[in-house]
Amino acid sequence: MKCRRCKAPALIDVRRHNAAFCADCFVHHCQEQVRRAIDAFDMIAPGDRVLMAVSGGKDSLGAWELLVDLGYETDGLYLGLGIGDYSDASGRYTRDFAAARGLKLTEIDIPAEHGFNIETAAATVRRPPCGACGLSKRHLFNQAALDGGYDVVATGHNLDDEAAVLFGNVLRWDAEYLGRQYPVLPASPGFVRKVKPLVRLSEREMAAYCVIRGIDYIVEECPMAEGNRHLAYKEALNTLEQKSPGAKANFLFSFLERGHARFAGDAERERAELTPCTVCGSPTTGEVCAFCRMSERARGSGR
Amino acid sequence: MTPTLRGVKVLLRNPRREIEMAGPVRVKKLLETLGINPETVLVIRNDTLVTHDERLEEPDTIEIRPVISGG
Repeated sequence: MKCRRCKAPALIDVRRHNAAFCADCFVHHCQEQVRRAIDAFDMIAPGDRVLMAVSGGKDSLGAWELLVDLGYETDGLYLGLGIGDYSDASGRYTRDFAAARGLKLTEIDIPAEHGFNIETAAATVRRPPCGACGLSKRHLFNQAALDGGYDVVATGHNLDDEAAVLFGNVLRWDAEYLGRQYPVLPASPGFVRKVKPLVRLSEREMAAYCVIRGIDYIVEECPMAEGNRHLAYKEALNTLEQKSPGAKANFLFSFLERGHARFAGDAERERAELTPCTVCGSPTTGEVCAFCRMSERARGSGR
Repeated sequence: MTPTLRGVKVLLRNPRREIEMAGPVRVKKLLETLGINPETVLVIRNDTLVTHDERLEEPDTIEIRPVISGG
């Protein structure tokens, strides 16, 4: 195969674009996809300070480098989740990445600073581990961004992640979640803006980007994620993608262009009803926010 | 059943294991034989990515790296 741009021997084929690329042109392709996503959804304005949520995986480390290379002032925040060897390794990859590039990295260790780990929290509130993890991440990244004076929190959610979430939301016809699903969530009282600059890049493209750029990332899957529904949705979508390249992108972007607006009102109504958590002050639908309820119960369980 | 012919060494992950496949063989055919959806992996030879039409032969050692994460 030849590179679509320069006709040199290709290293990576992207069937969705009916294209293959050499190393340099593939990096250019990834940068262009991120640039287009940022511009199309007004994700980041000139001068904005960005806090990148990093996990040691391919998506967040790749996204951090892409944002920095595109000229955005971007610091990293890593959460230690207390998932044994997996957390130890993912922390090392993140620290090594930041140190090698001279980037500012802040760390929050949940067991040390909040007195519980994800497994304990999930067990005490009887949620799947990924639910407890996501709840902790959303809360702590937002809080850290507010405390640090950042304008934007960027996450490494890619095209596959977003298509899989949409698939799950559609299976349940969850109107509020469908209304919330968008590559940018605007700032509102108690919330900084949240953006997903990788929405136009697949998981495979992000892994290829990291290999080409020499970014060492944790390849092993999180032990808590094994067998979760999100992976089943991805498997189903990748079966479709193999038969019909572009199926995932069509599914997601057709929704964003033609379906999202029909559900946006549900999400806006939910946000309008939020009041400050009596413990931490974060916006919540109840008296105490879900993160404070979960962490209090996890700490109290003594596990 | 896992093929055990001698030829191209193949490193698989999750769980990590090594097998051998008869070569020469195209990447696309190798993935098909192993029942792996090409959308879900990268194929890496000597730290370099290879496309699906690339021919693999002894003594190549390749890694089939999964790219799907569950977070």
